[in-house]
Amino acid sequence: MTQHSTLTITNIRRPNSDTSESLTIENGLIKGWNLPEEGQTLDGNGATIVPAFIEPHAHLREPGQEQKEDLASGLAAAAAGGYGTVVSMPNTAPVVDDPAIVRALIDKAAALGFARLRPAAALTRGQDGEQLAELALLAEAGAAVFTDDGRTNENARTLRLGLEYAHSLGKVVSVHAEDAGLRAGGVMNEGPVSEALGLPGNPAAAETAHIARDIEICRMTGGRLHIQHLSTARALELVKAAKTQGVNITCEVCPHHLLLTDEALRSFDAVYKVAPPLRTQSDAQALLAGLKDGSVDCLATDHAPHTRAEKELDLLQAPSGIAYIEIAFPLLWTNFGAELGLQKIVELLTTDVARVLGWPVPSLEAGQPADFTLLDLETVRPVDPATFKSKAKFNPWVGQDLKGWPMLTVVDGQVAFERA
Amino acid sequence: MNALSSKPKHLLDFQDWSAERLNALLDNADTMMQVLDRPVKKVPALQGLTVCTVFFENSTRTRVSFELAARRMSADVVSFAAGASSVNKGESIRDTIEVLTAYKVDAFVVRHQAAGAAHLVARYSGKPVINAGDGRRAHPTQALLDAYTIRREFGTLEGKTVAIIGDVRHSRVARSNAELLPKLGAKVILCGPATLLPRELAAEGVTLTTDPREAVRNADAVMALRLQQERMDAGYVGSLQDYARVYQVNEDLLAFAPNEAVVLHPGPMNRDVEISSETADGPRSRILAQVENGQAVRMSTLYHLLVGRA
Repeated sequence: MTQHSTLTITNIRRPNSDTSESLTIENGLIKGWNLPEEGQTLDGNGATIVPAFIEPHAHLREPGQEQKEDLASGLAAAAAGGYGTVVSMPNTAPVVDDPAIVRALIDKAAALGFARLRPAAALTRGQDGEQLAELALLAEAGAAVFTDDGRTNENARTLRLGLEYAHSLGKVVSVHAEDAGLRAGGVMNEGPVSEALGLPGNPAAAETAHIARDIEICRMTGGRLHIQHLSTARALELVKAAKTQGVNITCEVCPHHLLLTDEALRSFDAVYKVAPPLRTQSDAQALLAGLKDGSVDCLATDHAPHTRAEKELDLLQAPSGIAYIEIAFPLLWTNFGAELGLQKIVELLTTDVARVLGWPVPSLEAGQPADFTLLDLETVRPVDPATFKSKAKFNPWVGQDLKGWPMLTVVDGQVAFERA
Repeated sequence: MNALSSKPKHLLDFQDWSAERLNALLDNADTMMQVLDRPVKKVPALQGLTVCTVFFENSTRTRVSFELAARRMSADVVSFAAGASSVNKGESIRDTIEVLTAYKVDAFVVRHQAAGAAHLVARYSGKPVINAGDGRRAHPTQALLDAYTIRREFGTLEGKTVAIIGDVRHSRVARSNAELLPKLGAKVILCGPATLLPRELAAEGVTLTTDPREAVRNADAVMALRLQQERMDAGYVGSLQDYARVYQVNEDLLAFAPNEAVVLHPGPMNRDVEISSETADGPRSRILAQVENGQAVRMSTLYHLLVGRA
């Protein structure tokens, strides 16, 4: 990490502008644009500056599963991906359901100097889905959002109480919406491919039935509900309809559900095993359309690292999850840049996430926190696991040529990542 | 390029196998049957080669069939019974197979509880792999021996109809037959209660019905699939008796089938659940013939992959 009290970055461009500009930051805040150079100077090499991305849904595995990832590797990976802030999921060992754990995580992450950590805390004690955690104390300790992600909230009454209580604290509840009974032992999308492969299927209705229930609970409570990693066209229809009726609900979509389908499982490679599972082409198209028309609120990677040995197990045994926070923007820009445009993609990764979580909307104006990333939108580079900061040095896109690489990430005015 | 020029390296399923090559393999099984009829049931075809059977899931019958097949071809045979426990100890397929490959074995016969496991073995070993059953996915030599049994009965598979009745959802035998038999010109009718009959399995040459009488009406072969107690426990059927009432392959049901129709079962049987004892032991039954034919088909498969261009 490099520290500068005053830093001027020259030769950078704002999105959709050809003008070369400079940005000066001081004491962690943006001082202004095109001021006389002072302090340390960095050449931006013509890169495009955007607010640092916010990841609303990442698994950093600390405490307890540091062999998969830890705060240092996970937050360094996030910074390398252009992310300035990460919301970590609480399904660790132990579960993040104690204010002391929240404080410890925040303090440790702050000392590391990579991306900023804003931990989510469990909605229920031990994520058991039954007894609410100490939401007020957790919020006071710095918990950003409440979720039992990693598990589904099967007890509707507990979700109701959680939504009501969290709402009174001004917090969002986010949910992994899958009916555990319908999902049963499903390891991939239920459909022609799962049946041809003889793999237990997880039907789309496991998601839609649960979301339909959650919408009604949200409607009843008036709380703020966020649906994580929505994966089916039908679920998006339900969320869209609920929004038009004034239900206080938002949803996120993950790039892997846009880029991959259940056909990938024909390889029997567990790197493609995720929860909710990769769905069909028509689902992926509907999700992309939802990004365009605004019915999907934001993007999340659900960065879910595992060890390579775990992912080399067979599809029944291997754990679910893909880790790719470092290449999320290049993936999006390369595959959907033409269709969505830079501004939309960046909004989905920044201001839209902030709105979902009820945070101040990031901007690059004077006086705002100096959280930004510089993107090289043109240069094509292969996805090279040797460069990964994450401990999970594999993903479905290894070897692919992508463009849109983050070159420099600054968090609170300090350089959190600089690409060699 | 002639039809037999692209020789598949493995038998994982039938995706890479042309009808011509499958027929050649079955033709060659006729030769193997002659070997089995000799007083000395052994040929030197695989001398000096080592076949390793790797069973992550228990199966005595299939393993014995493969090991006898390999020995009758003069191969050395080693068996590795990994069992589910070693997986639970954290051992991956990759670790197991890389160790065995280092022992210089020449081919793997693999059974595993997870679909796709044989594909992983093929990826990590580089040696020919025969899938001896992977989860619900495939059991190709069982389908080949079923096809061979029907072919011996009727002289051809072309235009024949095979009704497969039972727990289709969890059956690798049904999936492999539904893949193989249409390739060889036969029609497949899959039948069972809707809870055990995924409609996504319908394909060219494969139809589905929940009515067993309809299934057997024009069938040349009727295959009963095993129904296990655990399916009842998991709620797929009300009880085994409830299931048997409608779907048991028995003389009452066969009254709706053509007179020359034969009865198959991949074994092991739950007598008087999916098949009545009377039918299993009756004149239409070819269940023991399947076992015998299985050895010849497995000999032919090993020969095909390891040596010949059958």
